[in-house]
Amino acid sequence: MKFGVVRFPGSNCDQDAYYVIRDVLRRPVDYIWHQESSVRGYDCIILPGGFSYGDYLRTGAIARFSPVMDAVIRHAQDGRPVLGICNGFQILCEAHLLPGALMRNIDRKFICKWVHIRVENARTPWTQAAREGQVLRIPIAHGEGRYVADDATLAELNAEGRVLFRYCDAEGTVDAAANPNGSMENIAGIANKNFNVLGMMPHPERASERILGSTHGRVIFESLLTALLRA
Amino acid sequence: MPQVHVYVTLKPTLLDAQGRAVQDALHALGYPDVEDVRIGKFIVLSLRDESDVEQKVADMCNRLLANPVIEDYRFEVVK
Repeated sequence: MKFGVVRFPGSNCDQDAYYVIRDVLRRPVDYIWHQESSVRGYDCIILPGGFSYGDYLRTGAIARFSPVMDAVIRHAQDGRPVLGICNGFQILCEAHLLPGALMRNIDRKFICKWVHIRVENARTPWTQAAREGQVLRIPIAHGEGRYVADDATLAELNAEGRVLFRYCDAEGTVDAAANPNGSMENIAGIANKNFNVLGMMPHPERASERILGSTHGRVIFESLLTALLRA
Repeated sequence: MPQVHVYVTLKPTLLDAQGRAVQDALHALGYPDVEDVRIGKFIVLSLRDESDVEQKVADMCNRLLANPVIEDYRFEVVK
């Protein structure tokens, strides 16, 4: 079971993701340079956080056309897992692997803080180790994390259980006060139709060891390991 | 050599956080009559080839220059 962490120019959470896979989950992992044309041999691809291509034009807009993305899109279309964290989520939206877009935070600030997110659907490869309604404490660090989509897309995401995480307070209440960035319906993470692609703004790789303040991010990686072992 | 001016703007229904900040700053500067500010992008393309300019630029806009989920675009060939 092998992981690949894609490195774009400007990625800066690549080492965190790599570290969690290698040293916390103890699974094989490689970096994949964005100029590669194949991701063959990897079970799961991670698009890490950062500022690929300096966020020029729009976040993720240029990275989406990196040579490796054709292979990542094929990997996803084959039903294999792809996890996009923060800038990775933005890239997945630009690549149309996930619907909607991520816009500048409503209060215009770059927000770097611990937040709570509620697991909205625990019957997915990314959340099966969690309980439905479980509250995870995970940090965010972004300037453009305000999830937007049109009404039809939101209705479809809700109807299909594809909103995996919403921002909430410590008790699990999802309301405007618990929404850090103005995301529609407090959306923090969504999956594609087949649930093999997950995009989320919070950073589970920064919350996978007690010494870092929380181990709640591990539930996502451990869910995925279970899914991969079963496959 | 055709030159194309491309204007990319946020869809009117979406909140423009950057525009809001500039509006607040304009109010602070003593222009209380500014009711709304929308910020977009102005892109100048110089093309080598004169054929199919309209179609080519529309493709560029749909694929990269604008994100149709959140943005509208228009362009004009200026020379």
